[in-house]
Formats: sequence, C-alpha cells, structure tokens
Amino acid sequence: MDWTTLADALFPLGHRITEHAQFLSGTADVAGPDGAPAATIAVIGTTGHAPIGVEIALAQARAVLDTVRAHPRRAILLLVDTQGQRLRHRDEMLGINSYMAHLGKCVDLARRNGHAIVGLVYDQALSGGFITSGLMADACYALPAATIRVMGLPAMARITKVPEDVLTELAKSNPVFAPGPENYLRMGGLQAIWDGDLAQHVAQALHAAPSGDARAALGWQRGGRKLAQPVIDAIAGDGHVQTA
Amino acid sequence: MRSYLESTARERLQHVLDAGSFEEFIGPAQRIVSPHLAQLNAPVAFDDGVAVGRATLDGQPVFAAAQEGGFMGGAVGEVHGAKLTGLLRRALAERPAAVLLLLETGGVRLHEANAGLIAVSEVMRAVLDVREAGIPVLVLVGGSNGAFGGMGIVARCANAIVMSEEARLAMSGPEVIETANGVEEFDSRDRALVWRTTGGKHRYLLGDCQAIVPDTVAAFRAAAIATLAALGAGPAALSVDALEREHAMLAERIARFGAMRDPLEIWRALGVPAPERVPLLEIDAFIAAAAAHRLGES
Repeated sequence: MDWTTLADALFPLGHRITEHAQFLSGTADVAGPDGAPAATIAVIGTTGHAPIGVEIALAQARAVLDTVRAHPRRAILLLVDTQGQRLRHRDEMLGINSYMAHLGKCVDLARRNGHAIVGLVYDQALSGGFITSGLMADACYALPAATIRVMGLPAMARITKVPEDVLTELAKSNPVFAPGPENYLRMGGLQAIWDGDLAQHVAQALHAAPSGDARAALGWQRGGRKLAQPVIDAIAGDGHVQTA
Repeated sequence: MRSYLESTARERLQHVLDAGSFEEFIGPAQRIVSPHLAQLNAPVAFDDGVAVGRATLDGQPVFAAAQEGGFMGGAVGEVHGAKLTGLLRRALAERPAAVLLLLETGGVRLHEANAGLIAVSEVMRAVLDVREAGIPVLVLVGGSNGAFGGMGIVARCANAIVMSEEARLAMSGPEVIETANGVEEFDSRDRALVWRTTGGKHRYLLGDCQAIVPDTVAAFRAAAIATLAALGAGPAALSVDALEREHAMLAERIARFGAMRDPLEIWRALGVPAPERVPLLEIDAFIAAAAAHRLGES
C-alpha cells in the first residue's frame, strides 16, 4: 500500500511525513476526543516492505529519542511495513540484534515517559521487523488486508519438516500458523483490525492506549492462545496451571 | 572442569547457582506441554524446553531461567515464552536481587510461529519492566545453539551479557542468510567466518557483551557474581542518557566499520595486536589483548 494514500486517510487534518530510503518520519494532526482540539503526533515507520538493517533501525530509534527529548508526552504512531530483518552478513557482523534491541528500548523508554504508542500494520509485518516496532506499542492494530507472519509456509515446511499441505490445512483452523491479521487478533497480538474511517480509529486508539501488557489475557479471552495466560498466572501465583 | 556448553539447562542451573538452592516454578511434574506440537506429530517436553524458578547466587536471592537447547534448539513457543514472562512478572512482586536468563535458543519456535513471536515480544517487554523496577537482568550465553532471533534481541535488552568464546549471539542464523542471499553472501559452512561474525570474542570487542569467560560452569558462575556486583553500582532501569550513549556507540560502529567485509578488519581497526591470532588466544590472553581496544561500557 502506498504510504501517502494511507497518510491522507489517517490524517485528514494534515500531516508532514517524509520518506527517506524507506524510512518514514514526521508529524501529523489528529482530532481530539469528543471535539477536543486537534493534537500533533509523531509518526515513525517504514514503507515498501523495508528490510530492517542497522541503519533504518537506528533511524527509527533516533526519531523516537528526539520525540522524547523535544516533545514530552507527544503520542507516537508506528507505521509498519517490513519484510523483516535484513538478511546480510554485514548486518550480523555489526550486531543487528543490538540495533533492534536499541529501537525496542527507545520505544519502551518513550512509553515510560508518558508517550502513548500505537502501532499500525498497514501492509506487511514479518518477525524481526515487527517485534521491535508494532509489537512494542501499547496497542497494535492492522488493516484488514495486512500480512503478518514469522515466515512463509513453504520455508516453514522446510525447517519444521512438516509437509506444506499439512501446514496449509492446519492453518485454516489454527491461528498459530497462518498469516493474516485475524490470527494475530485471536492470539492477542493485535488490539483490533481497522475497517472504515481510519482517522476516527487512530484518534480513538491514541486516546485510549492501554497501559500494561495484556496481550496474553486477550489471547486467552479470544481463544487464540489458551495456555499463555494460565501459565503466567500459575507462576505469578506459585500455583498450578488452570486450563479449564 | 565441567563444560557449560555440554551441560543441560538443569545442570547449568545447578552449578551456576548456589548448590541445591534452585526451586522450580511449575516443574515438569505438572506436565504443561505445548498445545501446538501434537498436531504436527512433533515430540513434546514436560517443561516445554525451559526451567524457571528462584534460587540464591552467592547467598543473594535471584530468579533464574534456563533454556534447554536439546529440545527444539531452545526455541520459544507459547508455553515456553509464558514461563519466561511469568517468571519476570513474579520478580516484580517478589523483588529478587537479580534475574538471570541462561539463554540457548534459535528464537521463535516455527512450529507455533505466530504464538512464539508474540511470546518473545512479551518476554522483551517483561524484561524491561523488571529493569524499570530496579532489578538488574543478566544474560548468560554459552550453549551450542547460541542466542538467535528474537531472543538475540531480548539478550540485548538485559543489563549485561556474559558469553563464552564458543557462544554465538546474533539475529539471523548463517543458514537463513545463505538461503536468502547465496553462499557468497554468507557461507554457513565456513565455521571460522561464522565464529568471527557471531562469536563471543567479536561481541566482546564490539561492546555487545560485558564479560567473556572460558567454557566452564564455574567461570560463568564467577562472572555472574562479579557482573551483578558491578551492576549494583548503577541504575537497572533505562534512561534517556544511557540510551543516548548506546545510540552514539551504535552510530559510530556503522561509521567506522560499516564498509568492512570481515570482522578481522574491525579487530585490526580497533588496534588489537595481531588480530589474525585472536581466534587462537586463550581467554585470559585475549582479555589482556582486548583491554585497551574494546568498545562499549563494561
């Protein structure tokens, strides 16, 4: 999806987002809740199915840190379109996991400094590119046509040695295998899928960003992850796992 | 001397922590297994490949987790990840002196891919919650599967990492990179190159791990005690200043080394004497040779 089309739909009041080598940054105006004045938010993300290498991870971290330093409590929208971490020897040599962790820590710091953080998967989200962006937000959303996955079923079949047709069949009934936002919704990884008026969705999401990580509880309520929350509860309470 | 690399997760816990002190939370007797593996006819483990609990280390109360590389490469599935997250959340209430994560993992378990990805992200946020509460998190890496994928990111969210020279810490495995971009991009069978790129000595020189030890459980224990003592002097939580320093370090790394093709060139640029001999050095000699040249904060 073309990011400018998306930005126009999200921000009818105006935006100042620019692209530099698949890196998106800028600001936008978002209506306040219940007729309150519009607020300026920070917009940070990637486009064109960007592979996340060391440079673009660092650029996103810089934008987050700058927002924290210059604009206390300004809300941040993370726009996600990535094919995952860049698969190059150079990135590994330079320690790409450190760059991605740095980005994740900067987002976490912003959250703790009172910035509402909302993620939006507007096109594609894959593994390492997703885990330090949208999945670090207070709440992550997706458009209905978004693709979210760890890797494609053919590659998964090779590595797990499970035949692809078996995986394809299982993916129909089990959200752990199939790409697609509805599976991540059921597992609690997404707060909601946005249909209709995107401007209204983003305004509401920024206003109502949840505090704390309730994804395992959501996954349990929605039936997509039936054991994560009971296991967490059992350990936190030193009891036994209640699966009933 | 007992090898850390060759020990199981439970042996590591037994010998790194004070003898007999480890008390496991929801141990294997409860038989909480992965809900996703059976339909793939894949084997399950009664602990889903990770042991979590509390113990003492040098008399101090700590929480600890150890991933078992022998079960699916230590990969993180729904239950495995929830055990780590549960441990970290319990630490917020019980306030141990530290949390130790003995990582050995390929990252997300592909057999339960989507659940594993969210689980790793929950672990990442829980680690940062523990740090925010003022409790340091220490990662040990020394198993044959290394620490890869999302867990390689989690490792760098901790306060400090201790590695052996045999340990590997990275994001994508060499085989994945070779499959995606060809053998000329990264020859996964060139073990020396793989080691130079992801191994403990390179990470230590770059400043991505804070201590490097020989491959013995006793050495990991001693380093864990010493590193926690050193961490006790500073804040455990993230801060703008600390992240700005990290940012500057990572930006400078690209500027200085971004055009280089092989870690050997980086070691030479750092001024490490006889860089081609680095792989041959015993740990004590290596630490001495690296002392004046390594980057990062220790």
